Amino acid sequence: MEILFASAVGVLTAAGIYLILRKRTFPVILGLSLLSYAVNVFLFATGRLMINAPPVLNKYAEVAYTDPLPQALVLTAIVISFGMTAVVVMIALGAYLSAKDDHIDMIEDADGAGDDA
Amino acid sequence: MNHLLIAPVVLPAIVAPFIIMVLRHHLSLQRIFSLACTVALLAITLILAVQAADGTVQVYELGNWPAPFGIVLVLDRLSALMLLLTSGLALAVVLYAIGSGWDARGRHFHALLQFQLMGILGAFLTGDAFNLFVFFEVLLIASYGLMIHGGGAKRLQAGVQYVVYNLLGSSLFLLALGTLYAVTGTLNMADLAVRVAELSPDDTALLRVGAVMLLLVFAIKAAVLPLHFWLPASYAYAPLPVAALFAIMTKVGAYAILRMYTLVFGPDVAATAGLVGDWLLPAAMLTLAVGALGVLGSREIGRLVAFGAITSMGTLLIAVALFTPQATAAALYYTVHSTLAAALLFLIADLVIERRGGAIIAQRPMAQTGLIATLFFVGAIAMAGMPPLSGFVGKLLVMDAARDHELVWYIWAVILAGSLITIIGLARAGSEIFWKSHDDSHIREAEPEIADDDTQVPPEEPAPNARALPFVACFALVGSLVLLTIFAGPMMDYTTATAAQLFDPNIYIDAVLRRAEQ
Repeated sequence: MEILFASAVGVLTAAGIYLILRKRTFPVILGLSLLSYAVNVFLFATGRLMINAPPVLNKYAEVAYTDPLPQALVLTAIVISFGMTAVVVMIALGAYLSAKDDHIDMIEDADGAGDDA
Repeated sequence: MNHLLIAPVVLPAIVAPFIIMVLRHHLSLQRIFSLACTVALLAITLILAVQAADGTVQVYELGNWPAPFGIVLVLDRLSALMLLLTSGLALAVVLYAIGSGWDARGRHFHALLQFQLMGILGAFLTGDAFNLFVFFEVLLIASYGLMIHGGGAKRLQAGVQYVVYNLLGSSLFLLALGTLYAVTGTLNMADLAVRVAELSPDDTALLRVGAVMLLLVFAIKAAVLPLHFWLPASYAYAPLPVAALFAIMTKVGAYAILRMYTLVFGPDVAATAGLVGDWLLPAAMLTLAVGALGVLGSREIGRLVAFGAITSMGTLLIAVALFTPQATAAALYYTVHSTLAAALLFLIADLVIERRGGAIIAQRPMAQTGLIATLFFVGAIAMAGMPPLSGFVGKLLVMDAARDHELVWYIWAVILAGSLITIIGLARAGSEIFWKSHDDSHIREAEPEIADDDTQVPPEEPAPNARALPFVACFALVGSLVLLTIFAGPMMDYTTATAAQLFDPNIYIDAVLRRAEQ
């Protein structure tokens, strides 16, 4: 399972980074989403991988339990990345509709400001 | 527990939704509440700064959960200083935004500003690494809204870049936190410090990866080369009063570097000793050099000031990267100075742009050109670090602190050459914009506006009595810079005590984990 898990994180990250390097906003946003999925899955693993174990201690018997904190972290991270994706979609839409162009690098910049932008 | 400790987070968290939900159609009421909230924040942070000045570390346990299990807010000298700086800057920005009418050019300016303050103040207060991430997100999401306030194609496009860059930074932050948690099993900063110090040297490979990833995240926030690419465009295209408030955001990155790499990965931790300073110092020197060249090469005043802000981050991070108490004290003094100076210049740049556009070429004189030229002159002196203002004192302190470092000649050369180039760049801009406008032979017609006119909504004429407010804000910043220069001695005493507190992390750890009581 470890290999499956690690390769899932790796593939998601690689695909995310590839898409982020594209020059139009839509693939970049998709890439950000993939990257945030990779991060969320990765966060799960930071509490060690456990199967079929509840995230609570049992005071009546010695049973296996999984670390609850990464689950709380992942929940927070999911909420935040969901909200952020919504924001970036809206801003990108606004930029596309007002500039009639969805390049991410502001290429029409005639004063050479695009070099460092 | 001292409940005043959480007030800087709770107060804006209440006022901002109140402004959105109840006052959304009443601009004047929004202004009153926003201003009142900012003044209250200034008063609260002033009280907290007085409380923290005696060297005690106050801890606020949320929900009364003890430290490694619950989230804590921690107030020490460093936090108190940054809180006070933030709320003071915010007051000037709010005054300016009201006076210049910027807050009327789009919706929800004041609510977003209060949310932004909540995020920044929370980031300075928190003692939990994951909570730091959450406050970073709060301040970022508010800054996205502020950055595109007023709209316009160019500003939205720059906004997309800014958001994408910071979302990448957030993903990296989570990866770094996950790695640290996997190694240590905790995210409370004091607890992290204890566990990291106890790790056996063989188990530190992942820890070093986490430490460097965390440094990258903070370097993005602090706009360190080569991660500074988001800053010039964002700051130049953002509404400039907002850019003035953003002057504190880069300092959040510097603060986080200072906090994490003195407390958790301190100079005494074998696993990461020297790791951070060795990388950060050359990067900071490059940042300073590129920033200075950018100042010289800018053709637009907003971009000029943005590169000036990068220059000052370079100087600041050189001092941070030395990681000695003396250098840290100098860095803190320079933090206060550079935040105020950058904000002042952004506000002046806005005054100029409102009157004649931002291009650095000679044009007809604008209204109140003498007053604005004087302000620009003062701001440029402060930014470039010339006597008699506090920038000179700050740079002198930084250079003095670098005296014993092995790279001292390189550091001095970079700082001095960078200052010279910055002076030339600012002087060129000042003479083009202000002096040559009185000489007909120099005046060129403005180049056709580069698709920039749609970002500048023509300002509504402000009421005559409101027109003084922008200048009040500017002169308040000038006044604080002058005070910072006059009281440089007491200020250095405070920052020296702060640095001493930072380099003795046991004070912080004992207070948070209540080790004295056990």
